[in-house]
Amino acid sequence: MMSLYNELPSTFVTTNVDKLINWGRASSLWYLLFGLACCGIELMQTGGPRADIDRFGSVPRATPRQSDLMIVAGTVTLKMASRVKLLYDQMPHPKYVISMGSCSNCGGLFDLGYSVLRGVDKVIPVDLYVPGCPPRPEALTEGLIQVQDKIHRERYLARNN
Amino acid sequence: MNAEAIHQTLKKRFPDGVGELHTETIDPWIEVQPEHIADVCRFCKEDEALGFDFLSNLTGVDAHNDLLVVYHLYAYGKRHSAVLKVRVPKGKPVTKTVTTVWRTANWFERECYDLLGVRFEGHPDLRRLLLPDDWEGHPLRKEYMFPTEYGGIDNTRDYGF
Repeated sequence: MMSLYNELPSTFVTTNVDKLINWGRASSLWYLLFGLACCGIELMQTGGPRADIDRFGSVPRATPRQSDLMIVAGTVTLKMASRVKLLYDQMPHPKYVISMGSCSNCGGLFDLGYSVLRGVDKVIPVDLYVPGCPPRPEALTEGLIQVQDKIHRERYLARNN
Repeated sequence: MNAEAIHQTLKKRFPDGVGELHTETIDPWIEVQPEHIADVCRFCKEDEALGFDFLSNLTGVDAHNDLLVVYHLYAYGKRHSAVLKVRVPKGKPVTKTVTTVWRTANWFERECYDLLGVRFEGHPDLRRLLLPDDWEGHPLRKEYMFPTEYGGIDNTRDYGF
């Protein structure tokens, strides 16, 4: 290790700006703490020591203004729908949404309820759907990696010009 | 005290307000007139032989033509319980509040008002508890129709049920 440290000041790598930016963005996807129902418990497990989503650079934030990723974990009621939209609007660009679990994908188990929104994609755009009731931490981790892949494929500077 | 003894005590004190004892169910229940319910509950709590110091549940039932408000009482000191039911017509679902007897009745009565539309006279703050303030109708009524739209969000289904 010591020899590598000693070598580093004199080494360099070549890349392009898009790749560098995307590498930074994908490796620091801070997610909004947003547990609505039982999926929220699995979301906490995913952030816990066994699944440890932090090792992908994804740390929980308690405010939408510092978040890049919204994980909608649980049943969205009609009463909550406007709040979900408000929280999404408060997140700075670029922002991504994972819809976690059957309820938030399509209404799921509570689809026939009078007060349940049939899928969070009726109020906000969704990048990735994670199926399951609730999904295991492995599934959500896979979902996060898929979002990272999506970020790597984007050409961020070109898109904003 | 058993159910018959409780019924006898109440009937002796309130000959007009207290109706029959119904023993065909697992929990025997006593019918009470809506205008007397607050006085009956006050007596249930303050009488030394009854001593009902705990309102363990207050809920409502839609009985097609009428609404039933169900009171589950428990006495920790005496270790006996009782069930009181109040029958109000659907056209004029008005009864008296028992928040003056047990403060825990406050949210129970708000929930009953929210979901069944029973109005409790004398309640300090009779607002909806679970649904949004601008919600229309009372969902646990048999004749309730599911909303097709709420707050600009489409709530129709592509399939019947």
